[in-house]
Amino acid sequence: MAVSFEVNGRARSVDVDPQTPLLWVLRDTLNLTGSKYGCGIAACGACTVHIDGEPARSCVFPIESVAGKKVTTIEGIGDGHRHPVQEAWIAEQVPQCGYCQSGQIMTAVAFLKKNPQPSPTDVDEAMSNNICRCGTALRMRAAVLRAAKEMKEMRGREPVGGAR
Amino acid sequence: MSMRMGEMSRRGLLRSASSFGAALVIAFEIPREAKGEPAKPPFGPVRAWIRIDSVGTVTLFYHKSEMGQGISTALPMVLAEELGLDWKNVNVEHADLDPDHQNQGTGGSGSVASTFMQMRKAGAAAREMLVAAAAKRWGVSPENCTARDGAVWRENDKISYGELVESASQLPAPDFDTVRLKRPQEFTVIGKSLARKDIPSKTDGSAVFGLDVRVPGMVYASIERCPVFGGKVKSFDAANAKAMKGVLDVFAIEADREVHSTGGVAVVAETTYIALQARKRLRVDWDYGPHANESSETLRKQFRRLVDSQMKVVLEQGDTEAAMASAPASKRIECDYELGFQAHATMEPMNCTVHIQPDRAEAWVPTQAPEWAAQMISKASGLSPDKIVLHTTYMGGGFGRRYQADFALEGAQIAKRTGRPVQVVWSREDDMTHDFYRPASYHRVSGAVDEAANITAWRHKSTSTSIAQYWRDNAPPESSELGSSVQNPYAPRSYKLEYLPADSGVPRAWWRSVEASQIGFVMESFIDELAHGAGADPYEFRIRALGNARKIRNPLDEKSTPLDTARFGGVLRLAAEKSGWGTPLPPGHGRGIAAHFSFNSYVANVVEISIISGRLRVERITSAVDIGIAVNPAGVRAQVESAIIYGLTAALKSEITIENGRAVETNFNKFTTLTMKETPPIDVHIVSSTADPTGIGEPALPPTAPALTNAIFALTRKRIRRLPIKPADLA
Ligand code: FES
Ligand code: FES
Repeated sequence: MAVSFEVNGRARSVDVDPQTPLLWVLRDTLNLTGSKYGCGIAACGACTVHIDGEPARSCVFPIESVAGKKVTTIEGIGDGHRHPVQEAWIAEQVPQCGYCQSGQIMTAVAFLKKNPQPSPTDVDEAMSNNICRCGTALRMRAAVLRAAKEMKEMRGREPVGGAR
Repeated sequence: MSMRMGEMSRRGLLRSASSFGAALVIAFEIPREAKGEPAKPPFGPVRAWIRIDSVGTVTLFYHKSEMGQGISTALPMVLAEELGLDWKNVNVEHADLDPDHQNQGTGGSGSVASTFMQMRKAGAAAREMLVAAAAKRWGVSPENCTARDGAVWRENDKISYGELVESASQLPAPDFDTVRLKRPQEFTVIGKSLARKDIPSKTDGSAVFGLDVRVPGMVYASIERCPVFGGKVKSFDAANAKAMKGVLDVFAIEADREVHSTGGVAVVAETTYIALQARKRLRVDWDYGPHANESSETLRKQFRRLVDSQMKVVLEQGDTEAAMASAPASKRIECDYELGFQAHATMEPMNCTVHIQPDRAEAWVPTQAPEWAAQMISKASGLSPDKIVLHTTYMGGGFGRRYQADFALEGAQIAKRTGRPVQVVWSREDDMTHDFYRPASYHRVSGAVDEAANITAWRHKSTSTSIAQYWRDNAPPESSELGSSVQNPYAPRSYKLEYLPADSGVPRAWWRSVEASQIGFVMESFIDELAHGAGADPYEFRIRALGNARKIRNPLDEKSTPLDTARFGGVLRLAAEKSGWGTPLPPGHGRGIAAHFSFNSYVANVVEISIISGRLRVERITSAVDIGIAVNPAGVRAQVESAIIYGLTAALKSEITIENGRAVETNFNKFTTLTMKETPPIDVHIVSSTADPTGIGEPALPPTAPALTNAIFALTRKRIRRLPIKPADLA
């Protein structure tokens, strides 16, 4: 049974077992390897993508329930540019091994959409369900706060009524 | 295991490598026979590469594995320093395994320490050749030329390296022994905090980890393994698995004793998911083998029996028994410490991708030990090592787990049969239940102080699931277990170390900081107990016990680096000063201190905690490190944070427990790690030094847990002697 959906703005159709988690479709069928496998049980967040703008753990999200939806992965988050969250990640020199970082960045981007001016405690709450085995939490916290500030300034610079 | 230049014969090697175009390629090598290195363990020598093409693009190759520690920036920085490059214009690339050269192995916090001088000499040699070429063109003496920013300069005239590379490559390479090196005061790259070159690709999904390797025609495989350590396949029924669409093959693979691979039933399929699903449909009859009744409890009983017994005396200085007997009972302390198994739990599970053809093999392996991986691929494929091309990929964490070659061997076993490129994927459960764990250990330590607060006796009996014994090294079982307890810096008047290994089927090997993670906890807990027993401040007591500056040799290994008590005291003082040791704390807060010497580096940590309504919170950590020259201080700080957080996880959260011969914790829902909200601010201070650099991937870990439990004691008078800490321990 073919399932059709959109990934990073592009229409896709795959013919796989409908129970196949989105993660493996992205990685093995569509060759989008930026989303990572860390646990397969929604416990680590390495596989986080956005489905219709909401963060989702793609390792437990069957492909049949993605039909007709819009998926954004780390490869598409910047939309051809670096997203301010990615910029902040570089400025704070967050990644070590880097393996968890796609999921961390996708979590942070979704969080900042909901809460554009978070307190450090808000950031801690939002990011505490993602695992980083290299111990980059301190830098991630700083990077999320930096990105929030930067995005606020960007909004301030936009012309009135202007949309990006 | 440091390498001294005098020990090696050396030569500069010039190659006209056609695939590089007109390029100057300098390689620096040590002949194999001069290395005197054992086949496996974790320290490495040297191979530095520089490539300059005729348009002036400079690529520096790093020959050690990048697993998050920042080596892909630190090693090229050392080369760039001597070569006189503008760092902005430097490209870095990983050097594939070259079968002519040994030891790209990455571990033991040894990459910078073991290659620093060699890299500098290689960089300097290349610089001198470029200078000589420019001097010749100008018709002046090389002394009148300088090299910087990728060009040779004579007053305001300059010729770029790109223009010089062709003629420079015709010149003889200078003698690496006498080539002029910069003085530390001249450094412009080394010692600067520089951004890591690998980071941008790790923010956009483009960095290629082992699991991200995609090769045309590839298939995926996963292995059903006996859940019990050391068990084997008796028989299996694959009919249901084979009936699944997308399943290509199912077959048994053998366990291998050399790498301690598990063997099992391999499923080869079109996708990872199909391979994982098909495994669930296998019916396997296992032979559980001899360890099926082992549990954490049986092991603990055995540990206790062993420390109660007469043990092998490993070190004896003075007469501890007599000193103990003559000490007043109030000044005698005896206590037991214990630590459980720990998994590495690298974020990326084990995997590798291998393609074996009749006359060659190619492999993409996230490995800390590319040579060993290649040997195993050679063994399984029957191809000679020179027929194997091995690419080391980025890896989602190493921590010592990727120093193993079990997964590479499995890749080759499966690839040999499939004939197509195959990626072998371990599930998280495979990874967590078939790790080579940090050993479990048990320690009985007794000691005494006299009225003047001198340590008169210190006796340490211990047992563990020895790494050396498991790997059947030619070394005694205690050789992997005692760490720097053989160099006790606190100068007890009498000192005795005793050890016996325990029997266990649990696989074990090098986990981040190896035995130092346990020995550091025991020594730094016990010195704290002695301090409190003497009624002294734990920091002052340590400083006093260190006494006059002196070097303490390792009596079991005369070649290893002595412990310098001045540097040990130096990090203690710096951590105390920066943490405000001795200044008042808010109610409900406490501070603890600990220091440890490992991998020739010195680290002291001060941990501040609070316990409010029974809830323990780590408030902040101050760390002081002395690692000689810090090549990239920003990278050093990141590694200290990383090792401390890894250590906090092991102290507060994670543990592998054993029941029925198998690991109980199978995934991150049970093996939990420190979350962002539990992570305290960490303040890192680096001792400024011109001493030769030592490593920092691991040494900040050992003094973390004891500083934490010492803080808990300072606040609550409860002494935690068993890790990880359980909530009940605080009640
Ligand atoms: S892989 Fe999906 S949450 Fe861990
Ligand atoms: S950067 Fe390695 S797991 Fe997060």
